[in-house]
Amino acid sequence: MKISIASGKGGTGKTLVATNIAVSLASTGIGHVTVADCDVEEPNAYLFFPERILLEREKCQVSVPVIDEAKCTHCGKCSEVCAYHALAVLPETVLLFPELCHGCGACTIICPEKAVSETTRSVGEIFRARSGDVEIIWGELALGEARTTPLIKAVKERAACENVIVDCPPGTSCSLVESVRGTNFCLLVTEPTPFGLYDLDIALKVLEKMNIPRAVLVNKSGMGDRNVYKYLEKRNIPLLMEIPLDRKIAELYSRGEIFAEKMPQWKAKFAGMVRRIEEMVS
Amino acid sequence: MKQMAVVSGKGGTGKTSIIASLAALASGRAVYADCDVDAPDLHLILQPHIRERCEFFGIKRALIDSEKCTQCGSCQDACRFGAIADFQVNPALCEGCGVCKLVCPAEAVEMREGLAGYTYISDTRFGPLVHAELFPGEEASGKLVAMVREMARILAASRKLDLVLIDGSPGIGCPVIASLTGVDLALVVTEPTITGEHDLERILDVAKHFGISTAVCINKYDLNLEASRHIEALCLERAVTVAGRLPYHPSVVEAMVLGRSVVENGGPVAQAISEMWGVLEKQL
Repeated sequence: MKISIASGKGGTGKTLVATNIAVSLASTGIGHVTVADCDVEEPNAYLFFPERILLEREKCQVSVPVIDEAKCTHCGKCSEVCAYHALAVLPETVLLFPELCHGCGACTIICPEKAVSETTRSVGEIFRARSGDVEIIWGELALGEARTTPLIKAVKERAACENVIVDCPPGTSCSLVESVRGTNFCLLVTEPTPFGLYDLDIALKVLEKMNIPRAVLVNKSGMGDRNVYKYLEKRNIPLLMEIPLDRKIAELYSRGEIFAEKMPQWKAKFAGMVRRIEEMVS
Repeated sequence: MKQMAVVSGKGGTGKTSIIASLAALASGRAVYADCDVDAPDLHLILQPHIRERCEFFGIKRALIDSEKCTQCGSCQDACRFGAIADFQVNPALCEGCGVCKLVCPAEAVEMREGLAGYTYISDTRFGPLVHAELFPGEEASGKLVAMVREMARILAASRKLDLVLIDGSPGIGCPVIASLTGVDLALVVTEPTITGEHDLERILDVAKHFGISTAVCINKYDLNLEASRHIEALCLERAVTVAGRLPYHPSVVEAMVLGRSVVENGGPVAQAISEMWGVLEKQL
């Protein structure tokens, strides 16, 4: 079972929910539970496992072209064919903008002089760590890099196991699509405010398009207004849990603690929610 | 003309609530740009009257003409994104590189540009707003951010306004880089949590990488005073100004529910934002 935790709006509590589900599930004796943190721009899930033991640390490599200036006739075909404007051919030389390159290989194919070969460059790092029965896999995008999808793919490749909780990045564009792809179910975390509702609606549309079973968790309930609840009722979208706006939960989170560890009644609630998700999927 | 972006690294730290308040304070003097294009919320407070709508085309995607296709499999072998299976393109995986078109011996592949969203120029009670709508799940949000910013800059020049205030998206990747490029100041909004602090360091590093001056706002600073002191020390070490310390107060969400900026609604946070605006104006 792979469950993705997403939101649309940032800061609604995705990581809070993902980490609490993981420890609650692990405490039921189910075996290993993996948290795959796909928010490679700002990975945070590992911060909640201070006793983690690092098992693996590897660079994430993507391919980029290398131009053999001795063979290049500066014909400009590579620059013309590049859909990402990653190559600029000047009379004397060829400029490469590696951050723009998607590594598609079009320049290699088109070059009539066979002057283009490929090498790899690192766009970030992938980490794998263990804390008790929880394994945490995360990616860290290198500073100044724009494209997140190669790292997200690398994180997900390493999470090819049972019992995976995917912590998604905020937003509703390609990073979200890449993160939820292939998961059996998506739990959307929202807060009962106008901003939470507006972005939840867009995120739900992404999941509808991708045909991924979905439900909602309302975090910080008690704040804001009732419009999220009315929306869910009208659309017939299941509301699986509410986590109240609670100073104790907020304080535990701020210190990097998983609140179900300190408030054990929540472990049963999170485990129960996963059982319900399993029923919904089957 | 000066441009200031509000960014955060971590999501949900209060960027939009703050920029809406800065808009109220800069009313009549600035153009506003909502560059959080895949989760745009600024319009919920600014309540724009849309004046103009432009189409936004994202990446081109491949389409295979099954009548021309000889099922040779060249495209499938050449595609590095795994986007072609059974001689059909999965648009969700296609990155629009055109390699399939390049290798197809039967000229069966066409690259088609699709409508990916809209940009809007609107009037609000504080001045003009440029905002956008990216269709759910679309790519190229960095390109859309660049378009929104360019429109805002042109609009400011034509209306003789000398300030552009930009609402950025969370993270440090493509849309954030597009929001930060060439701004005069980036206000980084953080919160006193372990994740807020971690993400603050990453976004400050990115801003430094691109040579952009920064100031920091600690939102909800009184939720964890120890963590706030930690953030202050970190800023001091990096010679980054802490421009504002906003208290945690229910008036922020109250204002949001009423569709007002925090400053219009009043209260202790409104006071703190006004003081922060004084510091930021000096820095600009």
